Amino acid sequence: MLEWIRQLGRGGFGFFEKLGRSNLFLLKTLAGIPSVLRRPYLLIAQLLSVGVLSLLLIAVSGLFVGMVLALQGYNTLVDFGAEESLGVVVALSIVRELGPVVTALLFAGRAGSALTAEIGLMKATEQLSGMEMMAVDPIHRVIAPRFLAGVLSMPLLAAIFSAVGIYGGYFVGVGLLGVDDGSFWSQMQSKVDLHEDVYNGVIKSLVFGVVVSWIAVFEGYDTVPTSEGVSRSTTRTVVYSAFAVLGLDFVLTALMFGDY
Amino acid sequence: MAETSTQTGADTLVKIRDLYFSRGERAIFDGVSLDIPRGKVTAIMGPSGTGKTTLLRLIGGQLHPDQGSIEVDGQDVPQLRRSALYALRKRMGMLFQSGALLTDLSVFDNVAFPLREHTDLPEVMIRDLVLMKLQAVGLRGARDLQPSELSGGMARRIALARAIALDPMMIMYDEPFTGQDPISKGALVQLIRLLNDALGLTSIIVSHDVEETAAISDYIYVISQGKVIGSGTPETLRKTDSNWVRQFMQGLPDGPVPFHYPAPEYIDDLLNA
Repeated sequence: MLEWIRQLGRGGFGFFEKLGRSNLFLLKTLAGIPSVLRRPYLLIAQLLSVGVLSLLLIAVSGLFVGMVLALQGYNTLVDFGAEESLGVVVALSIVRELGPVVTALLFAGRAGSALTAEIGLMKATEQLSGMEMMAVDPIHRVIAPRFLAGVLSMPLLAAIFSAVGIYGGYFVGVGLLGVDDGSFWSQMQSKVDLHEDVYNGVIKSLVFGVVVSWIAVFEGYDTVPTSEGVSRSTTRTVVYSAFAVLGLDFVLTALMFGDY
Repeated sequence: MAETSTQTGADTLVKIRDLYFSRGERAIFDGVSLDIPRGKVTAIMGPSGTGKTTLLRLIGGQLHPDQGSIEVDGQDVPQLRRSALYALRKRMGMLFQSGALLTDLSVFDNVAFPLREHTDLPEVMIRDLVLMKLQAVGLRGARDLQPSELSGGMARRIALARAIALDPMMIMYDEPFTGQDPISKGALVQLIRLLNDALGLTSIIVSHDVEETAAISDYIYVISQGKVIGSGTPETLRKTDSNWVRQFMQGLPDGPVPFHYPAPEYIDDLLNA
């Protein structure tokens, strides 16, 4: 019993210690951002690997999510003779929820895990130590460009996911199921609000971008420098990111769309 | 008296006094004091796991001692602020056991890395400097290779070229000979001595390869169980009275460092199944 309480205490201390370390780490990373802006080529290289190379995955996933939504939405709406509202259903679900959330989950799996593994291996092969000994701060040179690239890429990827998703819904709804072209777009235009829906979606994707990139770079930097350690950190990045994104999504949705 | 100590201060580049450092419960250094003379090749030897690499990290300011002082060129490393520490590190080179080359850069860019980070030299001049450093380690022809295409010995020589890129005052070598074939080992042995004398460096070699290290060192410290247990020139150490140092220098399997890891009595252990 006593041992159990001790373990609980150790676990608790460990958790808060790591939380503290990750916050200090975030502050140091943010302090490194001005030096990244002075050397934009570091950022551009990371935007390519974190953002551009995730594009295909995000676009294809967006297309299928939009297509499935249209199919499911149509089956329900047609019972009430409301199939013209299909455009609104697809657009609202994607722009408000699925766009930011699914993009963040995919982003964590595709780019976040890669960031953790890369930084973790750099630590395991003493590259980060080597930089420190060459008087180059690895947080400025390695971490900050990757973090910033993640933060900038996420909203853009979510926007592309949403746009492609809506077109996916359009192809299935209008092209396949015969919903009226005009009412699909016009209902969408009148019911989707720029501030209420689109901006809030963008804010969500920005928040998820910060959180997922933060988790990914921190787990890589904090890894135990062995093959097993790197593999555990990579798994943790994906798991923690998924929890954080889904949990934060609830909080943000309650704050943005809750009427109380 | 004061004059003598100033004189000593000028000749000593690294001065370590009463160094205590522990990891968890385990004491790595238990009151270590040693001096690294300027312009010489000094070796720190001892069995694996005695914290030799840790000592280099303490000198480089990557770790903080629990107690004691580490002075490099008159500056107390643990007390330095970040900017002063980074300024000091620009004058130190360190050769990691793995080479620690940046895997996403070519050989040329790896050697150019410290020059590009710390100087505003034009690209033409950086090219010349990089080629000169690569020529010094005999790998000018390998400049376009990626680190993954290098053998272990080549990677270490490239890392050496990178370590001397900024013309430091001292270089620390972490186990430079481990896992090298005889030819690479020979090349490294020669390079370390040659670079030290030609560039007026101070070299610290951490190693447990007795023959190679003794061949090029001016002075050797032998460390075990957190203490300096012997020191002197290679010749004096070979003739030492200390059983321990003799066991280490001659590579005897049993002696003060027992062959068996501490364990209960063999018979008891077998019968207590």
